[in-house]
Amino acid sequence: MAQWIAACSTGDIDPEDVIPFDHGGNAYAIYRSPDGAYYATDGHCSHEQTLLCDGLVMDDVIECPKHNGRFDYTSGKALGAPVLVDLRTYPTRVIDGTVYIDVG
Amino acid sequence: MGRERLARYSLAGPENQAAVGAGLAGADWFRSEVPRKRMKELMRRSDYPAIRDTAVWLGLMVMFAGLGIAFWGSWWAVPFFLAYGVLYGSTSDSRWHETGHGTAFKSRWLDEGLYQLASFMIMRDPTVWRWSHTRHHTDTLILGRDPEIAAMRPARLARLLANFFGLVDVPVAFGLMSRHAAGRLTSEEADFVPEPERHKVYRTARIDLAIYAVTIASAVAFSSWLPVVLIGGPRIYGAFMLNVYALTQHAGMGENVLDHRLNTRTVKMCVVNRFLYWNMNYHVEHHMFPMVPYYRLPELHEEVKHDCAAVYPSLWAAYKEIIPAILRQLKDQEYYVRRELLPGAAPFNEPTSLNDGRALPLAPVTAA
Repeated sequence: MAQWIAACSTGDIDPEDVIPFDHGGNAYAIYRSPDGAYYATDGHCSHEQTLLCDGLVMDDVIECPKHNGRFDYTSGKALGAPVLVDLRTYPTRVIDGTVYIDVG
Repeated sequence: MGRERLARYSLAGPENQAAVGAGLAGADWFRSEVPRKRMKELMRRSDYPAIRDTAVWLGLMVMFAGLGIAFWGSWWAVPFFLAYGVLYGSTSDSRWHETGHGTAFKSRWLDEGLYQLASFMIMRDPTVWRWSHTRHHTDTLILGRDPEIAAMRPARLARLLANFFGLVDVPVAFGLMSRHAAGRLTSEEADFVPEPERHKVYRTARIDLAIYAVTIASAVAFSSWLPVVLIGGPRIYGAFMLNVYALTQHAGMGENVLDHRLNTRTVKMCVVNRFLYWNMNYHVEHHMFPMVPYYRLPELHEEVKHDCAAVYPSLWAAYKEIIPAILRQLKDQEYYVRRELLPGAAPFNEPTSLNDGRALPLAPVTAA
């Protein structure tokens, strides 16, 4: 069942960047792509549980700050060693300048 | 002593589980505070610096190899092959390192291409060593966890010295190549190389062995050492600078600590050495923030130096500390180099009294 949660304002994230969001004891990462779209994934790298919000966003890719593992944050796909397990992604939508994510 | 020492450092030994039990594996490490905006600037990738530096690097190798071949048979060839050998057998280490992190180039294919080339030159399997280095960054100098501890306590001195000419590393590399080509890993490698990645190890080993077989066959066919001097040989006669640089990183410093300022050195080097070493001399900074590409490390150093101990002003200054420390550790294994932080620096991250750099034996973990 869908459970839409207000995560942040659209202006809270720079283009091509990521911020953390915590809800219900879980960590999420909220991304703003270079073309202004918003995405959400699990907040921790699937390799060694490092927070991705300290990583580097390059186009559609988030690079983990610990071991440089890369994911496509639009699909969650792990792009090669040392990350082998995909990230879970969450649907997003923007209403009146607020970014919502579906954590259901 | 030798067997006991190896057991403590072995990834397949009891210290591995003891480190896990003590909370030293995969732990949180100290990082200086750097504003996010500045970090994003420093992490930003570009192809240009590494393309420029790689073109110069490869160009120099071609030039020196060409001159060496031109003067082959006379003593005039020696200095040219010495220069070629150092570029091939020593500086491939830093190229391997930076491209292994994926930070040297913005374009992934350039990074991967140079990584494969440098791995071949330095005789490291690209898959095994990618995972090995990943572990080194997770558990830097944690006994039983870090597979890349160059100077143990006590150091294997003869081995360290022999490796200035690859006399241990090269035979070991060929032994591993043969093992991998047969479809097997060592027990230590199996600790950090995931199953889905292992087929790459076996494939690369077979390709590498084929290249070396052709090289040796050419040497025999032409009754000349020249093919071996050009391919593979530099990992022996040109390897000494690799060790001169690499031992500055961690040798003699604290083990089983969770703060890179306690187990890692940053050493000032001249512009030539920084080119050859691709700024790996900024090693504390690199371990704190491995996403920063080599060409931005001097700027990162300026951002965090207030939080660190004073840098070593030269290679010579570093070795004035390293050599006595290694020699002292031959008799006193609790000794390590503990540095003083600059006034105002964030205090050392020392979560428990045990993890103070002496690497005392950890309590064994018993099965529940």
